[in-house]
Amino acid sequence: MKERIIGRVKRVNGPVLIIKDITDAMMMEMVRIGEQHLVGEVVKLYDGLATVQVYEDATGICPGDNVYGSGMSLSVELGPGLIGTIYDGIQRPLEKLMEASGAFISRGLSYDAVDHGKKWEFTPVIEAGASVHAGMVIASVEETSRVQHRIIIPPQYQSATLSEIAPSGSYTVEDVIATLVLPDGRQQKLTMLQKWPIRLPRPVSSRLALKQPLVTGLRVIDTLFPLAKGGTVAIPGGFGTGKTMTQHSIAQWCDADIIVYIGCGERGNEMTDVLREFPLLVDPRTGQSLMERTILIANTSNMPVSAREASIYTGITMAEYYRDQGYHVAIMADSTSRWAEALRELSGRMEEMPAEEGFPAYLPTRIAQFYERAGYMRNLSGSDGSVSIIGAVSPPGGDFSEPVTQHTKRFVRCFWGLDRQLASSRHYPAISWLDSYSEYLSDVKQWWNDHSEGAWHENRLRIMDLLQKEVRLQQIVKLVGPDALPDTQNFILEVCSLFKTAFLQQNAFDEVDRYCSVEKQVKMLSVILAYYEKGLEAINKGVPMVKVRRLRAVQEMARMRLTVKGDELETIDKIQLRLERSIDQIGGIYEN
Amino acid sequence: MKTKTESLMAQSDRKLLSGREYRGASRIDGPLVYMRNTHPVGFGELVEVVTPDGARRSGQVLDTSDEVVVVQVFEGTDSLTLPGTGMRFMGEPLTLPVSEQMLGRVMDGLGKSRDGSGAVHGFAERDVNGVPINPTAREYPRDFIQTGISVIDGMTTLIQGQKLPIFSGNGLDHNQLAAQIARQAKVRGSEGDFCIVFAAMGVKHDVARFFTNSFEETGVLDNVALFLSLADDPSIERTITPKTALTLAEYLAFDKGKQVLVIMTDMTNYCESLREIGTMRGEIPSRKGYPGYLYSNLAEIYERSGKISGRAGSITQLPILSMPNDDISHPVPDLTGYITEGQIVFERGMQARGIYPPINCLPSLSRLMKDGIGEGMTRDDHPHLANQLFASYSHVKDVQNLASVIGEEELTTLDQQYLEFGNFFEKRFVNQGFDEDRSIEQTLDLGWEALGKLPSEELQRLSDEEIAEHYGR
Repeated sequence: MKERIIGRVKRVNGPVLIIKDITDAMMMEMVRIGEQHLVGEVVKLYDGLATVQVYEDATGICPGDNVYGSGMSLSVELGPGLIGTIYDGIQRPLEKLMEASGAFISRGLSYDAVDHGKKWEFTPVIEAGASVHAGMVIASVEETSRVQHRIIIPPQYQSATLSEIAPSGSYTVEDVIATLVLPDGRQQKLTMLQKWPIRLPRPVSSRLALKQPLVTGLRVIDTLFPLAKGGTVAIPGGFGTGKTMTQHSIAQWCDADIIVYIGCGERGNEMTDVLREFPLLVDPRTGQSLMERTILIANTSNMPVSAREASIYTGITMAEYYRDQGYHVAIMADSTSRWAEALRELSGRMEEMPAEEGFPAYLPTRIAQFYERAGYMRNLSGSDGSVSIIGAVSPPGGDFSEPVTQHTKRFVRCFWGLDRQLASSRHYPAISWLDSYSEYLSDVKQWWNDHSEGAWHENRLRIMDLLQKEVRLQQIVKLVGPDALPDTQNFILEVCSLFKTAFLQQNAFDEVDRYCSVEKQVKMLSVILAYYEKGLEAINKGVPMVKVRRLRAVQEMARMRLTVKGDELETIDKIQLRLERSIDQIGGIYEN
Repeated sequence: MKTKTESLMAQSDRKLLSGREYRGASRIDGPLVYMRNTHPVGFGELVEVVTPDGARRSGQVLDTSDEVVVVQVFEGTDSLTLPGTGMRFMGEPLTLPVSEQMLGRVMDGLGKSRDGSGAVHGFAERDVNGVPINPTAREYPRDFIQTGISVIDGMTTLIQGQKLPIFSGNGLDHNQLAAQIARQAKVRGSEGDFCIVFAAMGVKHDVARFFTNSFEETGVLDNVALFLSLADDPSIERTITPKTALTLAEYLAFDKGKQVLVIMTDMTNYCESLREIGTMRGEIPSRKGYPGYLYSNLAEIYERSGKISGRAGSITQLPILSMPNDDISHPVPDLTGYITEGQIVFERGMQARGIYPPINCLPSLSRLMKDGIGEGMTRDDHPHLANQLFASYSHVKDVQNLASVIGEEELTTLDQQYLEFGNFFEKRFVNQGFDEDRSIEQTLDLGWEALGKLPSEELQRLSDEEIAEHYGR
């Protein structure tokens, strides 16, 4: 539809406008305001008026300015070229904006999300004359060295006949690469480019049960509180507890095929850090740059608030598009609280009746809608793909009882609570083993046991049990001091303290420690548990605890996360052997 | 319906209409003036308010519609009358004329002279509200600023281009600390073109004088631009003061290549003024009555710091805010902490024990520290040393709690060593004089001296080589 005038500005109140003389504006239609063509979206229609949310700074908009309708909902462009790009909240490529307006972002700029001039090597995988259906893969394009971009039939064409398809060769995203004949006889030309409204989930064939973990390389997550592919998790934590660091680590090392990283209302320098660091980092599994699988969305805290609200949807729509191609996608949203606050701010400007703490009453619905777009799906094409959501939550004052954390908890099945005390003593990742939980344990149990000779589930329960015991013992120690406890109980404190420094803590800046493979995690846990078992045995024979903890092998164990490289895992077996032998030795002395 | 050309004509009409004076307000409420029957006025436009006796004040459009325009008047609405108030809408956003000559001057919150030495001249007009920096254009800050204060340099290192607030309370020594940092801060190895932009919002006269005197005594006054909006100035002026200050800072940093340190005190007063306007307009409040957009609003201030690749200058922000009732979860420090790159937290108990600066390093944090310290920047042992000091000092707190229950005598020898370490750390490492300027080497050596109170096997975060090189020397 051509651009047309849908009304004129009546009132400007920050990023919320009232539009009068409405003609045929649609709900959720994308509009341009004034001669500067600022981007906005219709959010309400009533009595010949409309409420429009502006995605750019509203300074200078006057009553009487024309509002132009675009005829479609706020949509994103989907096609090859998305990977490796950095966007703002409404999918404008920031690098292009910089070329146009320099270091500071001017208003009213608009750019194609993907380069329309770039040629891609196109290889059809299906022949002309075939009957095709929505979601079917018709061709593939090498987008980056690790992502084969599969060109799929857009979901709106349920079934059709492929009358023409372009031969292998170089094409831009605007070139016609296929022609469909629809059931009603109409011809439809296809390019590699699709558009999809951001607020509408892309259709799938069915939801599947979750069974594979999303391996993150962070021990406390993978071993204690695993997330499944297609699952959802919230990471709440006050400022300075390491939400962003945890998100970065996961974005860097998790075994998803595609990462969509949404910096929603966060710091500018942090996004620069990601931009600078990701291209330099190498994926331990493929040996390629991490940027080759990453899409970044940066809507920093000083960029317009409505675009912050949209950024979450922009991100998840791109994620779903890659899922439809059969990929496993992980989305990091940092932070969903900023998004909820954007909702609150806009709702306040629209003078809606607030519910808890000024948040609109529809907050839980919106949170649920967002998280429900995750899942392990059977795509329309018949392939499987998943979208996992890892959402950071920034509760005010670090208080988890506030509305955003509480409502998020209702709709996610995994919870990694960050603890301020751990962060203060620089225990990173500061994920509390007492507050956190994962409901995916039974879903991924089979996979983990297959990868740990059946030991994972059992070992995990044992260490969790020790950690629980430790809490009770610590309470006693606080009252009467550690000397009052018998050595057998003191030893539990000792093992837990070792477990915390040697296993739960992980240094994101250490070459070796920042990524821990599944095999290494399994071995590390088993050696620590062996230490507990053997040590307890020896202590029961009368060996003083200090003798056990001074053993050389124990020191080695304390440092194995830093010293044992990913390809030398037999070293851990050796440590375990030495440990068992030396405990047996001192045990032997005391037996006689 | 109007066509595109008609609308363009309307725009040029507006240009003609701008500057035309309207008389007669329909309502005056606190700092807000409501005006009816004007030409269409743009959102955020600069307004010249003419008082009944002909004086001029400046204001800004806060809300505009085809019926009524709401203007906030920065100098307050005292002595305005409904029929006698005149307004000119200038057709452009609020700008500040900026120049290097503003260094060495004392100005009010709007950038007008208040030192009695004539008008302040500016050459370039800059939009006071600023424009967001494109994240791809930023350069990641990594140049270490030596403040000469051990606990900051060692534990929460300040980096050029960082925004690092001081969370303080009434009666604590934050002003002394800010003045000391302003005096001593330097980037080693580069004689950068250093200058200070100082913004005071709602502070007392003697505090302002303390800073002026302190700058004067050290002879840096010529390199300082002061924007003062003091406690008895209209509270609305505070809402614009940090923005004017940062507009000048951006000009000095990104046009003139200077290394700018922006000190803003006290951000809590700024937020309270925002709350005042919000309630007056009948907005729906969020936490503790502060407006729902407080986060975005603070972000627009704090995010105006950093470095831009390809340009020489930088803006480093040191906002000071007092935590009402020393409550760190109060909305102002809380939202600030979510935007800034760390925080320096003051503790009343430490000041009571006579420790200056009274910084509790455990809740304090510098997010940019990781990339600005270590080999080639400070010293190779710095990252692990800081890490170890944090871990050991945090254990000291546990031991102190235990000691208060069972008594110091009952502690194990190891725990007593920890107490001794804690004592040395607070009294020698953290504590220092107002004029004491320690180099980073002195700071790190002092850190090792503190760790010397502990047995070496307790130092698990340091490598064996580092222990061999520095421990017990």
